This record gives sequence, C-alpha cells and structure tokens, in this order.
Amino acid sequence: MTDTTQTPATAGPVAGSPRTSDMPDDIRQHACTSAAAVQSPEARAAAIHAASREERLARKERAISGEPFGPGSHTEHEGKTLTGAQAIIASLEAEGVDVVFGYPGGQAIKIYDALYDSTKIHHILARHEQGAVHEADGYARATGKVGVVIVTSGPGATNTVTGIATAYMDSVPLVVISGQVTRGVIGTDAFQESDIVGITMPVVKHSYLLQSVEELARTFREAFYIASTGRPGPVLIDIPSDLASALVEFHYPDKIDIPSYRPTYRGNAKQVKQAVELIGQAKRPLLMVGGGVVSSHACDEVAELAETMQIPVVTTLLGKAAMPCSNPLNLGPVGMHGSKYANMAVTEADLIIAVGARFSDRVTGKLSEFAPHAKFIHIDIDPAEIGKVVDPQVPIVGDALAVVGAINARIAKLGMEPQSAAWVEQCYAWRERWPFYTADFADYPDRIAPEIVLERLSGKLDPHASIVTTEVGQHQMWAHQHIHREESRTFISSGGLGTMGFGFPAAIGAKIGRPDCQVVCIAGDGSLQMNIQEMATAIGNGVAVKVLLIDNNALGMVHQWQRLFYQERYSCTEFTANPDFVKLAEAYGWGAERISRPEEIDGALDRMLAAEGPYLLDVIIPTAQTVYPMVAPGAAIDDIIGAIDVTLGGVRITEKGMSPAGETAGTVAEPLPLNAETDGASRVAGATRVGADGVAGAEARPAEASAPKGGE
Amino acid sequence: MKYILSVLVENRPGVLSRVTGLISRRGFNIDSLTVAPTEDTTMSRMTIIVDADEVGYEQITKQLHKLVSVYKISDLTDTDAIERELVLFKVVAAPDRRHEIIEIANIFRANIVDVGKNSLTVEATGTQSKLDALEDLFRSYGIRQLTRTGKIAMSRGARDS
Repeated sequence: MTDTTQTPATAGPVAGSPRTSDMPDDIRQHACTSAAAVQSPEARAAAIHAASREERLARKERAISGEPFGPGSHTEHEGKTLTGAQAIIASLEAEGVDVVFGYPGGQAIKIYDALYDSTKIHHILARHEQGAVHEADGYARATGKVGVVIVTSGPGATNTVTGIATAYMDSVPLVVISGQVTRGVIGTDAFQESDIVGITMPVVKHSYLLQSVEELARTFREAFYIASTGRPGPVLIDIPSDLASALVEFHYPDKIDIPSYRPTYRGNAKQVKQAVELIGQAKRPLLMVGGGVVSSHACDEVAELAETMQIPVVTTLLGKAAMPCSNPLNLGPVGMHGSKYANMAVTEADLIIAVGARFSDRVTGKLSEFAPHAKFIHIDIDPAEIGKVVDPQVPIVGDALAVVGAINARIAKLGMEPQSAAWVEQCYAWRERWPFYTADFADYPDRIAPEIVLERLSGKLDPHASIVTTEVGQHQMWAHQHIHREESRTFISSGGLGTMGFGFPAAIGAKIGRPDCQVVCIAGDGSLQMNIQEMATAIGNGVAVKVLLIDNNALGMVHQWQRLFYQERYSCTEFTANPDFVKLAEAYGWGAERISRPEEIDGALDRMLAAEGPYLLDVIIPTAQTVYPMVAPGAAIDDIIGAIDVTLGGVRITEKGMSPAGETAGTVAEPLPLNAETDGASRVAGATRVGADGVAGAEARPAEASAPKGGE
Repeated sequence: MKYILSVLVENRPGVLSRVTGLISRRGFNIDSLTVAPTEDTTMSRMTIIVDADEVGYEQITKQLHKLVSVYKISDLTDTDAIERELVLFKVVAAPDRRHEIIEIANIFRANIVDVGKNSLTVEATGTQSKLDALEDLFRSYGIRQLTRTGKIAMSRGARDS
C-alpha cells in the first residue's frame, strides 16, 4: 500500500505574474478565524449566517437598483483619457472586482498590459480557459458575487464554451471578456478568429460584440447588471483588439436602466393569496426547493414557511444547503438518486410548492407519474420556467425571497395553523425505514465504501463554514446524499449541464472567494482528469484546496448504467491507464496520499484537512460500487432500485411504492459483482482482493431473494 | 396552429440571429419572417409566423421575452389585425395572351412592373388568400418565378402594437 504524505512548502511564486507580493495574504493561504474559539458553536453559526445574509441582501439590492457593485464613477480613472484596454480594467475596478480568472493571448495582450498596472485586481492564471471559467463560476457560487473571466480570441474563446454553458444551465452570474481580432479583419478567417458571440449565443444570458470604445463603460455596467439580476446567468463581452488601443474619455455610469430588461421581483398579490389558500387546504404539503432559493437568498423565508406550516422539504441538487440539513423537516435529495422517503413524499403529496426549481427530468422521472395527487404552486423569477414542464394551479412569477416573504406575511396575518402533523409523521417514518445508508451496512467489509468516507468527511467539516464542491458522476450523488450542510452556497455542483471537470476548478474559485473556509472537492478519477492541469493553478496561487478522489478506476456512473441496463457490457468505461494520482499530485507540488482500507479513512481525512497547502487524497473503492437508491431513466420516481429497508433487516430492496413490511416487499437488489482485474484493488499492493465469487455482504441477504437483472 | 407575432427588437447586428436561433433551438419552425426598421430607427419590427401548439407557442413567447434585445411582443393571431404580403410573379406570356394576364392583374389591383418578350412581371399585395387566388390563376399560364415577402401585420385603430 502506498502512503505518501507530503506537505508542500509555502506557496511558490505565482507563475506568470510578477506581482506575488501584492497578493492578499488571505488568498495565499487558508486562514482560520481565531475569534471562533471563544464563541459557542451555535452562536458562531448564527453570526456567520446573519453576517453573510446581510451582506448578500445588500449586494442584491444594489444589483437590482442598477448601481455598480464598486465605486462606479468615483475612481481615479473617471474623466481621464484611456485606451480601451485601460477602460476595461477601469470598468472592472468601478465594479469593485478584485479577482479575475483568465489566460492571456495575442488578442488579449493589451488587456493584460493594462491589468499589469492595476493594484486592485488580482489575476488568477488558469492552465486552461475552461478551468478559468469554472474557477470564476465556483467563486461566484461561493460568494454570490459576479465571477469575471478574461481570455483571448479563437481557441481561448472557444475553450470557454463548456464553462459558459455550465454557468448558464445553473444560473450563475459571470462576465466573460474575450479578445477578438481587429474589426477590419472580422469575418476573414483571420488567425485565431472565432465567432464566439455566435458560438455561445444559445448558452449566454446576453452577449455583446463591442462596436465602439465609447460604448465600453456602459456595456460593462449593463453586463454586470444583466448577469447579476433576475435569473442570473453568464454575459459575454467580445472586444476587437483595435478597440483595446483606441482612446476614450472614461466615464463609468452610476446607474443603469435597460427598458427591454425588466425582471419581475414582486409576486402578484392575487396569486399569493391563492397560494396561501391552497397551503391552508393541503393535508400533505411539500416544499420543493431549488437553486433559485439560493440565488435569491430566500433560505430563511423558505425555512420559516416550512416551520410555520410544518411542511416537509425536498431539495434538488442545486437546492442542497438552501435549508439546513439539521432541520428535521428537510428530507433532502429528491429524484433519480434521491432518497426513497423524499421520492415517496413527492408521490404522495397533495400540494407541491416549488420554489426556484425547474422540474428537471432528473427530479421528475417519468413525468406522467410524477406527483400524481399533487396540486402545484410554482414560484420562479423566470416566467419561461412556469408551465414548461408542470402546469401549476398557482403560478407566481417573482423573486423567491419576495414571494415566499409575502406568503409568510399573509399566513401570519390570517393566523393559520399547520394541518400536516400526520403527514410529517408519515414522512419521518419513511425516513426511519429507508435510510440512505446504515452504519452496519457494508457492501465490502474489507474495502472502502464511498458512503462511509463521505459520512466521515462530513463529520469532520464545519457544516456552516466549509465548502464542498463535486465533479459529476457517482461521487457527486454520494456527496449529495451524505454531505451535511447548514449554510447555503456551501455545496457547489454542476447540476444542469453535468459538467465533468467542473468541480475541481470550481473548488479553486470557491477557496479564492472564501479563503476562511475549508474547501474540499469530491472528485472521481474520470472527472478529475478533465481539468487536472488546474493543479498548477492551485499551487501557483497558494490555493489550499483539498481533493478527495473517489477512485474506482472507471467511469462509475456510466459503468453502473451498463451493469444495470446494458447487460454488463462495459463499453469504454473501465480505465486501463490511469496515472498514479499521488505521484501526479506530488509532481505539481501538492501533498498527497492513497488509501484503500477502511481503517485508514479517519487518519487520512485528518491529514488531508490539516494540510496547509493543496492536498489530494486518493481513496480506492471497488469499481462495482453502485449509487443507490436509483430510479431507472424513464421510470416513475417511486419506482426505486436498491433502497435500504431497515424493516427487512437493512438489505437493499427493489420495489415500487410502499408495500407494507413483512409482506412481499419487492425484491432484493442484485448483489454487486467485483472484478479484481479492473477495479482499484489490482492497483494497490497489499489491498484485499475480492474475487467475483466472494461477494462480500451476500451472506447477509435473505436466501430466498431473487437477483433480478436490470433492476426490474 | 399558426401564430402571428409582432416583435419589437433592438436594431443591432446579431439580433435577428438571436431571435431565430432561439425559436429553432427550442424545436419550432418559422413559417415566415419579415424584419425592417421602424419609425424609430434604433428599433426593428419582426413579423414572425410560427407553427406550434399552444404550449409551444407559450414557451416561444416567454423565451423571446427573456432576450435582452426584445422590447415587446404582440400576438396578432386572432385579432382583426391588418395583414399584408407582397408577391412578384414572372408569368409566361406570349404576346397574344398578354392582355388576358393584364386583365387578371387589373381585377386584383396588381401592377405590371416589367414586360419581356415572353413574360410579364406582376406585383401584387394583399392578404394571403387573395394572393393564393392570384397564384392559382397565373399557374394556368405558367409561372417562371415567384417571390413572396412573407406577412407583415399591424393592429387596427389606436391599439399600439
């Protein structure tokens, strides 16, 4: 077994930037807040919550008002004659931007030259433009601020497309600035020319091809305004390089108003009234909370509604952490890999109040059987989301905070009492019966169960002041199921686009935005390799992120589908040439360690979290490990494979709906085959090998249980 | 069913592409589209005819509203809006049959805009059904070439859309 630990010396000089000494210390290293020690944990958590809420609400109000996030016209640049490039940097300073992510190049060189003079803006040099955009995205999700990216034309610009699409699908505010060839040669297939405005049109909230340097300052204000208000999203500004050298007298607007862009914030009073009526009548109400609650900072309002009316809550992937996991009403993840109890709650509910959630197919499963007994109240700031998938009885277009606030106010005014005691008890009973995982459940006693690693990690993190990001795949779903979160913006994951390669750069961005937080990226060995070059970005900028690599030597999620639905035909999902991640991390100057045995988990996690610099922990798990419970694609969400049923002795079962315990309660899920040749075990000297005939845990299953293929 | 949308947009490069891209991306087909600047030259008006069901139509209008370049969308489908289209026909016309074609054109208040050795070019405006009827009549003479502009529409009276 390999066990190499290395703590890198203090962060090295920043590659590509001569201004190491200008970097804020808090960006360079993980700084613990010492004041925390004297407060009780509860008081500290409440203080963190209140402070962040106040700051975020103030920023939101400013965004909506159309005023710049920074000093606006009150900078030393105001009224001066600047080049376009200088005006770009001046505009960013006027917006109070202190960090940008990017990568220079021929058509961005003037912008980078102007950046060289800025004392206010710190540039994080990525190793790939996609990494830069995901870093800005992680920064934006962790802080609520607008993430800013600068790239060059051609390939620099096209490399941002996945990042922009990721931000678009998850409604993350970004401003992406791309250099473009000079106006005179646009359209001639000039060197490093790409029509990035055209290429990104379907995945931006708005975009600009700058036509004159006089429009520059206004364009930047518009871009920040559009990105950060309404339903947030990425905005692209493409700047031909001749404009970067053109001169302009710089004036930054202190307010902006775009007649053709007027998001609706306040909900219609009549619809709010109708919503309250439905809530009053409901016997089995359920809140479905999505990412919109996080972006509108409506977490407290949603919690208040849930508590006042005793409404259980399910969360989408982006809605995770919108409500504290410690709140008993929070039933957690719903959908394809949601809990059986959350999915049962959706199926049995008579009223679903969806707030900032868009009924993704990963949440609804088979639409015709989705929430068959429920009426719907759908609250969203984007009118196009309402009626797109589900036709609600009460549609309310508006800001989640304003609308749920108004609902709460009306409920208080009417003095309404909750009617849902029996329903809440029912949901809690389901939760007792079908937990995600139990301590005595062990798929492979001698091997590491990913669920256990994530539970342990979760227990070691401060749920209020740490950030967990994920890549995409099995580990993402395990993280969604097992990481305990108390504050919004502490769980960051690519939901809509499902971008492998997102989580690691996002963690770097999150750490830069929230240097006081421990930031852990939960990665898979497939995803990590999609942007592994960003290890250099982390070490080069002294960003002490931690990567917990759930390493099954395979593309686990697709592998799982192939096992369950494609007759174990493992087409192109088993890696034959993974690198030694520990050596690779060390080569980048990271600390690193590999574990493969359950008893190593605690010590290794402690070492990872205590490391001062960036650190990778490679956790070898069996390739055949499966994310359960699971709803097969196209099935109804109460048609669940592999939920643990404690009333049957804690075995995984496959059944639809809820048959009473003791009767024919479905079938036991298929035992997990282990293939020693392809799973991680073969790569670890000294690791216990488990042959296909020695499926651990099989003895614990009822002998009469059938082992169906395909989870039917 | 066919919906007629009158869409007021920013008159800037790329806006047409944003609008059409959005409609096609969401899986709908544009039947016809006309666009030109309005009385205010910073704005253009598009008249778009799309074939969609009710849910699809609702999605299209909601998504179009989200475009920052779109100011206003009016649905002129079931209103008594004024609809017009312009057509140019190049009709086969041997010298001895010219007068018949000219007579037909006169009945339809169409204009002869070009005369060739064996053809006449006729310009006609009107509603779709009138132009369809004219096309039917000309077909028996032989139509060499036909160009239709696609519909433009405007609400009647004081309604501003």
